Amino acid sequence: MQFAFNDEQQMLRDSVERFGEEQWSAADRLKRLAEGAEGTARRWAQMAELGWLMLPIAESDGGLGGGPVEIMAIMEGFGRHLMTEAYVSHCVLAPALMQDGGAHCTALLEQVGTGQVRIAAALIEDEGFDVASIRAAAQADGDRFNVTGGKAHVEDGADADWYLVSARTAGVSGEREGVSLFLVPRSADGLTVRRFRSVDGHRHCSLDLVDVAAIPVGAIGGAADRIDAALDRAIVAHLAEAVGSMEAAVAATLDYVRTRQQFGAPIGSFQVVQHKVVDMSVACEEARALTMVAASQLASGGAASSLIAAAKVRVAQCGIAVAQQAVQLHGGVGTSEELVVSHHLRRQMMLDLAHGDRDHHKARFAELTR
Amino acid sequence: MNLDLAPEDRAFQQEVRAFFADSIPEEWKTTVRAGLRLSPENLVAYQRRLADRGWGAPTWPKEYGGTGWTPQQLHIFWSEASAADAPAQFHQGLELIGPIIFTYGSQAQKDFYLPRIISGEDWWCQGYSEPGAGSDLAALRTRATRDGDDYVINGHKMWTSYAHVADRMFVLARTSTEGRRQQGISLMLVDMDTPGIRISPIHTLDEKHHTNEVFLDDVRIPAANLVGEEGMGWNYGKVLLDRERMVAAATAMFLPQTLRAVREAATRRRTTGGLLIDKPEFRAKLAQVEIEALAVQAMVLRLMADAAAGADSGPRGSMVKLRWSELTQQATALWVEALGPKAQHFAALDEGAAPPQDMPLALQGALYARVTTIYGGSSEIQRNIIARRALGL
Repeated sequence: MQFAFNDEQQMLRDSVERFGEEQWSAADRLKRLAEGAEGTARRWAQMAELGWLMLPIAESDGGLGGGPVEIMAIMEGFGRHLMTEAYVSHCVLAPALMQDGGAHCTALLEQVGTGQVRIAAALIEDEGFDVASIRAAAQADGDRFNVTGGKAHVEDGADADWYLVSARTAGVSGEREGVSLFLVPRSADGLTVRRFRSVDGHRHCSLDLVDVAAIPVGAIGGAADRIDAALDRAIVAHLAEAVGSMEAAVAATLDYVRTRQQFGAPIGSFQVVQHKVVDMSVACEEARALTMVAASQLASGGAASSLIAAAKVRVAQCGIAVAQQAVQLHGGVGTSEELVVSHHLRRQMMLDLAHGDRDHHKARFAELTR
Repeated sequence: MNLDLAPEDRAFQQEVRAFFADSIPEEWKTTVRAGLRLSPENLVAYQRRLADRGWGAPTWPKEYGGTGWTPQQLHIFWSEASAADAPAQFHQGLELIGPIIFTYGSQAQKDFYLPRIISGEDWWCQGYSEPGAGSDLAALRTRATRDGDDYVINGHKMWTSYAHVADRMFVLARTSTEGRRQQGISLMLVDMDTPGIRISPIHTLDEKHHTNEVFLDDVRIPAANLVGEEGMGWNYGKVLLDRERMVAAATAMFLPQTLRAVREAATRRRTTGGLLIDKPEFRAKLAQVEIEALAVQAMVLRLMADAAAGADSGPRGSMVKLRWSELTQQATALWVEALGPKAQHFAALDEGAAPPQDMPLALQGALYARVTTIYGGSSEIQRNIIARRALGL
């Protein structure tokens, strides 16, 4: 069980921390957000140079083979500084989905590691978060496939060059058998991309596919397990981001209640305020302990999906509660665009939705522990 | 939770598992699952069994007769105990006064008292709270007056759990009214058969007799029963702060016992449309408590990692106590819910009849659980501690 970063992981963490302070200082946040895709592209190139983008990619796919704990060291910093670059989607989820997926995957992942290509996962349809609840259909045409269907939400998909699309080669919605995974280039004929900005500055999309030529990834019909395993990795990375964000929100709130004067005293001298900050810090501790256990068990290959589902539920509950209280204790100014606390709240709310919300994972936990 | 265990820890785990496999009588298990303590006789029997095995004082250093276990070994021991529905050891001797004696006590006190705690020969109770001194313990008024080679104690203690079965009591008493309130307090060891002690039970909502008032009228004890220096009693409590994380950790590790009982009850319970355990509303509630219990287990692992690294846990012991106590309340309440209408059958009215399965323990557990957010520093006091120590507010 690993509860502290080793020297190498600590250096990585420090490097992300420096990057966050320089590139995403709270004072410049609105400017950064206004830059949109151009700013993201600039920072993405810097991250490639730092070697972060290839860190989570398996060595067999030309990456550095960094594990969940290294990714945690990175993602905490993303959370603390609310960096909107889509590291989890492009560097954790896509490589995990494509690991050992064939020569085409290896070639693409090399370009992911250097920052030339971004790949987003299109897994969710109107029926919600379950990986098997999909109707998009892939028709075999010789050794090629054509995919038709709709993907309701593609996390960080707005600026992707390729999409990893789940589609049925057999069975009906709800069945795990028959779920397959395909690569589709953004420029493909028959693909319509609708792009959306989220309240946290992330850039998503939905997809419509009509007879889109697609390249299979991994075994046909057996992708449900591959997708669940990859999602577990992405979820644990997001948990680390949530923990970083929570801790930053608590730190900001502590600073504020120590200095903000009302009734002739710092508001942090009032017990009712103190106890709320305590509950926020207890929530941080719960979230951090769970995330560390989940990351270190995932790293040693012993993480039960039920544990990751549990961590997803609890970290989301804690994260949203912490961010809501951070806004509350800042008072009116907490609701302003200018102050960073409201950005933490917006990110926590969106992190809950990413790859399955609290209710989805609670039901999943109940099912897995039946 | 799965842990990566080193080979020697795995061997230790097997050894502990084998011990628990045949040491826990069936009738203990339901009591333990309700978060209730076994009867004092059974707890003493359990303590003796552990002591015979050399495991009487798992958290103590070897030189005082403890096991000298590493935090990892302790975690394994408690995990296995929890999984086997073994009880938690009674803590007032082992975790409260024992460590104070081996840290601050005289050689004579160590030689006499410590082995008797481990063997289960002495049952200790804690004479701290008073009618006017609960959370504000420093307001205590019990007086100890020096008279030659003796102290004479007069006062009124409240919430003295197990005073009615205890052989000895450790008492905080005022030896001076000068200076700061905390400075005039001394810690003394009192034999319960000393003349002048009167015990009066406090009846509690769960209809079990745990706790008492203790009246001390001219109770004369040898001055040699003072622990450490006169007037320093308050400070000795601080040795406990570091150890309290272990008490909190150990207690929290027994939460899964209650959750197993909830599952079993819900699996037996028939409702319209199937078993309760299959109903989505109930499963969501159970999942919520189980998930929070996993979070507390993770917090415990982090505490143990701190202890193994010799690191200060700051307020994390208080955090575990806060969360564990809230969860034991939720878990026992859910058990009552799982039992349904039969939870109203607390006791049989006719001779020879018995209450339904899990009763009255489940209900007593749910009622007794209310005290867990009050005793050992109430949740409000824990929050004050965290605010002051960790957050600097």
